[in-house]
Amino acid sequence: MSSVSNPPSIVRRTPRWLPLLGRSANPGDAVFRSVSRLFALLILVLVLAMAAQMAFAAEESFKEFGWGFITSQKWDPVGQRYGALPFIFGTVVSSLLALLLAVPVALGIAIYLSELAPLWLRKPIGFLVELLAAVPSVVYGLWGVFVLAPLMATTVEPALRSTLGFLPLFSGPNQGFGMLSGGVILAIMILPTISSVSREVLQAVPANLREGAIALGATRWEVVRVGVLPYARPGLVGAVILGLGRALGETMAITMLIGNRPEISASLFAPSYTMASVLANEFAEASQDLHLAALAEISLLLFAVTLLLNIVARLLVWQVSRGEAKGAR
Amino acid sequence: MNLEPAEPVVTAPTPKVKAPSAPGGAEEPSAPEVKLSAEDLRARFGTTQVLKGISMPIEARTVTAVIGPSGCGKSTFVRCLNRMHEVAPGAVVEGRVLLDGQDIYGAQVDPVLVRRHIGMVFQKPNPFPTLSIQDNVLAGLRLNGTRVPNPAEVVERRLRQVALWDEVKDGLDRSGTSLSGGQQQRLCIARSLALEPEVLLMDEPCSALDPIATARVEELIHELRADYTIVIVTHNMQQAARVADTTAFFYMGELVEYDQTDVIFTRPKQRKTEDYITGRFG
Ligand SMILES: Nc1ncnc2c1ncn2[C@@H]1O[C@H](COP(=O)(O)OP(=O)(O)OP(=O)(O)O)[C@@H](O)[C@H]1O
Ligand SMILES: [Mg+2]
Repeated sequence: MSSVSNPPSIVRRTPRWLPLLGRSANPGDAVFRSVSRLFALLILVLVLAMAAQMAFAAEESFKEFGWGFITSQKWDPVGQRYGALPFIFGTVVSSLLALLLAVPVALGIAIYLSELAPLWLRKPIGFLVELLAAVPSVVYGLWGVFVLAPLMATTVEPALRSTLGFLPLFSGPNQGFGMLSGGVILAIMILPTISSVSREVLQAVPANLREGAIALGATRWEVVRVGVLPYARPGLVGAVILGLGRALGETMAITMLIGNRPEISASLFAPSYTMASVLANEFAEASQDLHLAALAEISLLLFAVTLLLNIVARLLVWQVSRGEAKGAR
Repeated sequence: MNLEPAEPVVTAPTPKVKAPSAPGGAEEPSAPEVKLSAEDLRARFGTTQVLKGISMPIEARTVTAVIGPSGCGKSTFVRCLNRMHEVAPGAVVEGRVLLDGQDIYGAQVDPVLVRRHIGMVFQKPNPFPTLSIQDNVLAGLRLNGTRVPNPAEVVERRLRQVALWDEVKDGLDRSGTSLSGGQQQRLCIARSLALEPEVLLMDEPCSALDPIATARVEELIHELRADYTIVIVTHNMQQAARVADTTAFFYMGELVEYDQTDVIFTRPKQRKTEDYITGRFG
């Protein structure tokens, strides 16, 4: 409002516009309230503006392809045909794969940290887990390129093929860069998110439920199963969805590992492509209007899906921490 | 009873500690029998000594009240009797607790099995919120791995036993937390009784209940006394006087006086006890 160099004496104490900000005896409070309300509204406006902008930018693609955009498999910038199905497929499958791999481990970590670990170990391990969440995406990507992909190509994929190769999922040439590697890197990246939120949820479970189970002669595992998990379930689902949201939107690391080919293949070894990756790779080079519009439509899809998932996840987590999960069955 | 997880080391018949029989006790069919006995029981949280050597035999099929000022270690004491104390971080127990002569702190004893023989009811009713009323009653049995041939019968029997059946019989599928506080507490008692424990520990079971619900729980305690050994912690001295055969007065982690309830309340031997029950402190 006033710049630092101004002497305080010339700052107006009760500005004439004060009544505009609502009934408040204290001008400081009124300003504070309005400013913070403004910021809060700004977020909402920003979200809506982004959605509107993307929809606007995608208009040409809407007109040209209609619903065919999300059912067509052909992505051909040269021939000006755009179908998003391979990217939707790549995003959904890599994210689900990541969940499949990460959820059991993450829940294991969370249960260990909140129920089983000795007290002195809980803080340091919890801290390490959260630290993992702070590692930049590109670092995971680089690690993936130099360590994970070769490992997948030389060890994991051959092993899978020789044991489970009769399934189409695990057949085809191993290349290291593909759906499986992408899923694994995503799993590693969402692990800290899921486990730290789950841990919070588990810690919010009232102690007297645990004691009730213990007093009935429950073993440690039974205490978790009967006293803790059922109560925490909505929150745990929320944690998983938050992880899913992160996996869906993850760009850098998965782009470096998934192989970036817009194809739908039954094999997890085959390269694939995600919505986020194609945006990152093609947006800068897209020159035709239709290409840009198609990319804008993909970003709108991605935006809608992640936003929705995050809202659902937050609601579920709040349900537990407010203790409203009582009647849940 | 068998508390040993694998092959029991103690195979000898459990000694029954007999109290000295009354004159002419020979024709009495059953002399008083000690069910549970604390021997020099000491408990601490880290370095805070909470129980300073409690020795206290508890007779079978009696109600024993534990009274004393807040923080004197009543809860800690009863939690030591079913090995719940050690669940808290930093909590340590020393000394012995004999259940039918067998030390529940013995090296070979599985605390999980101990707790199935010694049930516990808490101050705050804690039915499992995600389970229905009937599943709450059966929860302990299911944990136990017992196959319940006729669950409906068990549920009805236990709910009748705690005088809850008529109130809930039309809604057994409702969540356990949909009941009132007093009903929840009776449900928790039913849940403990379903395991057919020999001893029931109750830590201020009525402190969250209104007078009517309290009266029902007290009535229940009266009935249960025929089959169970009950230890009840209470802050309510009228309650102790109403329900208990014997009363123990704790002060600062020590057992000050332990006697027949009417003796404690009418002619206590210790000055401290008298001061406490007459309301001079605490
Ligand atoms: N988790 C804990 N960590 C450390 N000290 C504890 C803990 N729980 C209880 N204490 C201490 O142990 C002592 C005995 O506590 P306890 O709960 O047995 O008292 P109480 O007689 O049941 O009291 P009240 O009548 O208020 O329930 C208290 O002085 C308390 O401060
Ligand atoms: Mg207490």
